[in-house]
Amino acid sequence: MSSTFDEIASIIAETCDIPRETITPESHAIDDLGIDSLDFLDIAFAIDKAFGIKLPLEKWTQEVNDGKATTEQYFVLKNLAARIDELVAAKGA
Amino acid sequence: MHLEYFHLIDRIAAIDPAARTIVVDAIVPRESTIFEGHFPGHPLMPGVLLIEAMAQTSGWLLIAILGFQRMPFLAAVKEAKMRTFVTPGEALRIDASVIHEGSGFAVTEAKIGVGGKTVCNATLTFRHAPFPNPDMRGHMEAMAKRIGFPEQAINHD
Repeated sequence: MSSTFDEIASIIAETCDIPRETITPESHAIDDLGIDSLDFLDIAFAIDKAFGIKLPLEKWTQEVNDGKATTEQYFVLKNLAARIDELVAAKGA
Repeated sequence: MHLEYFHLIDRIAAIDPAARTIVVDAIVPRESTIFEGHFPGHPLMPGVLLIEAMAQTSGWLLIAILGFQRMPFLAAVKEAKMRTFVTPGEALRIDASVIHEGSGFAVTEAKIGVGGKTVCNATLTFRHAPFPNPDMRGHMEAMAKRIGFPEQAINHD
Protein backbone atom coordinates (compact mmCIF):
# COMPACT_ATOMS: atom_id res chain seq x y z
CA MET A 1 0.00 0.00 0.00
CA SER A 2 1.47 3.34 -1.04
CA SER A 3 2.08 6.06 1.52
CA THR A 4 0.08 9.25 1.65
CA PHE A 5 3.08 11.14 0.28
CA ASP A 6 3.43 8.73 -2.65
CA GLU A 7 -0.22 9.14 -3.51
CA ILE A 8 -0.20 12.92 -3.44
CA ALA A 9 3.08 13.00 -5.36
CA SER A 10 1.47 10.87 -8.06
CA ILE A 11 -1.57 13.15 -8.12
CA ILE A 12 0.64 16.23 -8.47
CA ALA A 13 2.76 14.62 -11.19
CA GLU A 14 -0.30 13.66 -13.20
CA THR A 15 -2.32 16.83 -12.61
CA CYS A 16 0.48 19.33 -13.20
CA ASP A 17 2.65 17.35 -15.61
CA ILE A 18 5.63 17.49 -13.24
CA PRO A 19 8.19 14.66 -13.42
CA ARG A 20 7.47 12.36 -10.48
CA GLU A 21 11.16 12.00 -9.61
CA THR A 22 11.45 15.74 -8.93
CA ILE A 23 8.75 15.62 -6.25
CA THR A 24 10.11 14.91 -2.78
CA PRO A 25 8.69 15.06 0.75
CA GLU A 26 10.63 18.31 1.21
CA SER A 27 9.14 19.94 -1.92
CA HIS A 28 7.08 23.06 -1.35
CA ALA A 29 4.11 22.83 -3.70
CA ILE A 30 4.16 26.54 -4.48
CA ASP A 31 7.78 27.64 -4.08
CA ASP A 32 9.55 24.53 -5.40
CA LEU A 33 7.04 22.95 -7.78
CA GLY A 34 5.51 26.19 -9.05
CA ILE A 35 1.93 25.04 -8.55
CA ASP A 36 -0.49 27.95 -8.74
CA SER A 37 -3.82 28.28 -6.96
CA LEU A 38 -5.87 27.11 -9.93
CA ASP A 39 -3.78 23.97 -10.40
CA PHE A 40 -4.06 23.40 -6.68
CA LEU A 41 -7.84 23.23 -7.04
CA ASP A 42 -7.37 20.26 -9.37
CA ILE A 43 -4.99 18.69 -6.86
CA ALA A 44 -7.44 19.30 -4.01
CA PHE A 45 -10.22 17.76 -6.07
CA ALA A 46 -8.12 14.65 -6.69
CA ILE A 47 -6.97 14.43 -3.06
CA ASP A 48 -10.52 14.88 -1.77
CA LYS A 49 -11.67 12.02 -3.99
CA ALA A 50 -8.71 9.75 -3.30
CA PHE A 51 -8.87 10.07 0.48
CA GLY A 52 -12.58 10.73 0.99
CA ILE A 53 -11.92 14.03 2.76
CA LYS A 54 -12.34 17.74 2.15
CA LEU A 55 -9.07 19.65 2.33
CA PRO A 56 -9.88 22.83 4.29
CA LEU A 57 -8.18 25.12 1.80
CA GLU A 58 -10.13 28.22 2.80
CA LYS A 59 -9.26 27.76 6.48
CA TRP A 60 -5.58 27.16 5.68
CA THR A 61 -5.44 30.19 3.39
CA GLN A 62 -7.06 32.35 6.05
CA GLU A 63 -4.58 31.16 8.67
CA VAL A 64 -1.66 31.98 6.38
CA ASN A 65 -3.11 35.38 5.51
CA ASP A 66 -3.68 36.14 9.20
CA GLY A 67 -0.10 35.17 10.05
CA LYS A 68 -1.27 32.28 12.22
CA ALA A 69 0.41 29.67 10.03
CA THR A 70 3.09 29.47 7.38
CA THR A 71 2.68 28.07 3.90
CA GLU A 72 5.30 25.48 4.83
CA GLN A 73 2.93 23.94 7.37
CA TYR A 74 0.42 23.08 4.67
CA PHE A 75 2.23 23.08 1.35
CA VAL A 76 5.52 21.28 2.03
CA LEU A 77 4.45 17.85 0.87
CA LYS A 78 5.49 15.86 3.96
CA ASN A 79 3.43 18.31 6.02
CA LEU A 80 0.53 18.15 3.57
CA ALA A 81 0.64 14.36 3.85
CA ALA A 82 0.54 14.65 7.65
CA ARG A 83 -2.48 17.00 7.47
CA ILE A 84 -4.23 14.53 5.15
CA ASP A 85 -3.50 11.65 7.54
CA GLU A 86 -5.02 13.73 10.35
CA LEU A 87 -8.15 14.45 8.30
CA VAL A 88 -8.52 10.80 7.38
CA ALA A 89 -8.10 9.78 11.02
CA ALA A 90 -10.61 12.40 12.17
CA LYS A 91 -13.10 11.16 9.62
CA GLY A 92 -12.77 7.61 10.88
CA ALA A 93 -12.94 8.56 14.56
CA MET B 1 -31.52 34.99 -23.77
CA HIS B 2 -30.15 38.48 -24.18
CA LEU B 3 -26.73 37.82 -25.55
CA GLU B 4 -25.41 41.38 -25.43
CA TYR B 5 -26.05 41.49 -21.67
CA PHE B 6 -24.78 37.97 -21.06
CA HIS B 7 -28.25 36.86 -19.98
CA LEU B 8 -27.87 33.33 -21.24
CA ILE B 9 -30.63 31.51 -19.44
CA ASP B 10 -34.34 32.30 -19.49
CA ARG B 11 -35.99 30.19 -16.84
CA ILE B 12 -35.15 27.64 -14.20
CA ALA B 13 -37.33 24.63 -15.05
CA ALA B 14 -36.27 22.58 -12.03
CA ILE B 15 -33.76 22.92 -9.23
CA ASP B 16 -33.02 20.47 -6.44
CA PRO B 17 -30.21 21.71 -4.17
CA ALA B 18 -30.35 18.51 -2.11
CA ALA B 19 -29.85 16.35 -5.20
CA ARG B 20 -27.32 18.89 -6.56
CA THR B 21 -29.16 19.22 -9.90
CA ILE B 22 -30.72 21.96 -12.01
CA VAL B 23 -32.52 22.17 -15.35
CA VAL B 24 -32.82 25.45 -17.22
CA ASP B 25 -34.57 26.58 -20.40
CA ALA B 26 -33.21 29.14 -22.82
CA ILE B 27 -34.12 30.18 -26.33
CA VAL B 28 -31.43 31.44 -28.65
CA PRO B 29 -32.63 34.80 -30.03
CA ARG B 30 -33.47 34.93 -33.71
CA GLU B 31 -31.58 38.17 -34.09
CA SER B 32 -28.48 39.53 -32.39
CA THR B 33 -25.55 41.68 -33.44
CA ILE B 34 -23.39 38.69 -32.52
CA PHE B 35 -24.80 36.76 -35.45
CA GLU B 36 -23.78 39.53 -37.82
CA GLY B 37 -20.19 38.53 -37.22
CA HIS B 38 -20.55 34.90 -36.19
CA PHE B 39 -20.98 34.26 -39.07
CA PRO B 40 -22.15 36.45 -41.95
CA GLY B 41 -24.62 34.33 -43.91
CA HIS B 42 -24.30 31.42 -41.49
CA PRO B 43 -25.37 32.54 -37.99
CA LEU B 44 -24.24 30.25 -35.17
CA MET B 45 -24.41 30.52 -31.40
CA PRO B 46 -20.73 30.89 -30.40
CA GLY B 47 -19.28 27.97 -28.49
CA VAL B 48 -17.93 30.27 -25.79
CA LEU B 49 -21.47 31.48 -25.13
CA LEU B 50 -22.71 27.91 -24.91
CA ILE B 51 -20.02 27.32 -22.29
CA GLU B 52 -21.11 30.49 -20.51
CA ALA B 53 -24.72 29.27 -20.55
CA MET B 54 -23.62 26.03 -18.88
CA ALA B 55 -21.55 28.06 -16.39
CA GLN B 56 -24.52 30.30 -15.52
CA THR B 57 -26.74 27.25 -15.07
CA SER B 58 -24.17 25.63 -12.80
CA GLY B 59 -23.70 28.93 -11.01
CA TRP B 60 -27.36 29.21 -10.06
CA LEU B 61 -27.28 25.70 -8.69
CA LEU B 62 -24.22 26.54 -6.60
CA ILE B 63 -25.82 29.76 -5.36
CA ALA B 64 -28.78 27.71 -4.16
CA ILE B 65 -26.56 25.13 -2.48
CA LEU B 66 -24.58 27.92 -0.81
CA GLY B 67 -27.76 29.52 0.54
CA PHE B 68 -27.38 32.66 -1.59
CA GLN B 69 -24.46 33.67 0.61
CA ARG B 70 -21.61 33.18 -1.83
CA MET B 71 -20.98 33.90 -5.48
CA PRO B 72 -19.43 31.29 -7.76
CA PHE B 73 -16.89 32.44 -10.34
CA LEU B 74 -15.88 30.27 -13.29
CA ALA B 75 -12.29 29.10 -12.84
CA ALA B 76 -11.73 26.26 -15.31
CA VAL B 77 -13.39 24.58 -18.28
CA LYS B 78 -12.50 21.00 -19.12
CA GLU B 79 -13.64 18.49 -21.65
CA ALA B 80 -15.80 21.03 -23.44
CA LYS B 81 -17.28 19.54 -26.57
CA MET B 82 -19.32 21.40 -29.17
CA ARG B 83 -21.05 18.47 -30.81
CA THR B 84 -23.16 20.25 -33.40
CA PHE B 85 -24.19 23.72 -34.55
CA VAL B 86 -26.64 25.73 -32.46
CA THR B 87 -28.56 28.25 -34.55
CA PRO B 88 -30.83 31.27 -33.89
CA GLY B 89 -34.28 30.43 -32.55
CA GLU B 90 -33.41 27.03 -31.10
CA ALA B 91 -34.77 26.05 -27.69
CA LEU B 92 -32.06 24.85 -25.32
CA ARG B 93 -32.45 22.68 -22.25
CA ILE B 94 -29.44 22.96 -19.97
CA ASP B 95 -28.74 20.39 -17.26
CA ALA B 96 -26.07 20.70 -14.60
CA SER B 97 -25.06 18.70 -11.56
CA VAL B 98 -22.41 19.13 -8.91
CA ILE B 99 -19.85 16.33 -8.93
CA HIS B 100 -17.61 17.70 -6.19
CA GLU B 101 -17.83 20.27 -3.41
CA GLY B 102 -14.44 21.30 -2.11
CA SER B 103 -13.36 24.01 0.30
CA GLY B 104 -14.06 27.25 -1.57
CA PHE B 105 -14.56 25.52 -4.89
CA ALA B 106 -16.90 23.16 -6.68
CA VAL B 107 -16.91 21.10 -9.86
CA THR B 108 -19.95 20.60 -12.07
CA GLU B 109 -20.86 18.67 -15.16
CA ALA B 110 -23.22 20.39 -17.57
CA LYS B 111 -24.77 19.72 -20.93
CA ILE B 112 -27.04 21.49 -23.38
CA GLY B 113 -29.70 19.62 -25.30
CA VAL B 114 -31.81 20.57 -28.31
CA GLY B 115 -34.80 18.38 -29.01
CA GLY B 116 -33.46 15.72 -26.67
CA LYS B 117 -30.06 15.57 -28.35
CA THR B 118 -26.94 16.73 -26.53
CA VAL B 119 -25.28 19.52 -28.49
CA CYS B 120 -22.48 20.34 -26.07
CA ASN B 121 -21.15 19.43 -22.65
CA ALA B 122 -18.34 20.36 -20.30
CA THR B 123 -16.86 19.92 -16.86
CA LEU B 124 -16.60 23.24 -15.04
CA THR B 125 -14.71 24.33 -11.95
CA PHE B 126 -15.81 27.32 -9.86
CA ARG B 127 -14.26 29.19 -7.00
CA HIS B 128 -16.81 30.71 -4.69
CA ALA B 129 -16.56 33.60 -2.25
CA PRO B 130 -18.87 35.91 -0.33
CA PHE B 131 -20.60 38.42 -2.60
CA PRO B 132 -18.00 41.15 -3.20
CA ASN B 133 -20.46 43.98 -2.58
CA PRO B 134 -24.18 44.61 -1.90
CA ASP B 135 -24.76 45.90 -5.42
CA MET B 136 -23.76 42.62 -6.95
CA ARG B 137 -25.86 40.64 -4.55
CA GLY B 138 -28.82 42.92 -5.30
CA HIS B 139 -28.31 42.39 -9.00
CA MET B 140 -28.22 38.64 -8.50
CA GLU B 141 -31.39 38.72 -6.40
CA ALA B 142 -33.18 40.66 -9.15
CA MET B 143 -31.92 38.19 -11.72
CA ALA B 144 -33.03 35.31 -9.49
CA LYS B 145 -36.59 36.62 -9.49
CA ARG B 146 -36.52 37.05 -13.27
CA ILE B 147 -35.49 33.47 -13.96
CA GLY B 148 -37.71 31.78 -11.37
CA PHE B 149 -35.11 31.00 -8.73
CA PRO B 150 -37.08 29.68 -5.73
CA GLU B 151 -37.79 32.55 -3.35
CA GLN B 152 -37.34 30.33 -0.30
CA ALA B 153 -33.76 29.64 -1.38
CA ILE B 154 -32.86 33.32 -1.11
CA ASN B 155 -31.45 34.03 2.33
CA HIS B 156 -32.12 37.70 2.98
CA ASP B 157 -29.92 37.91 6.11
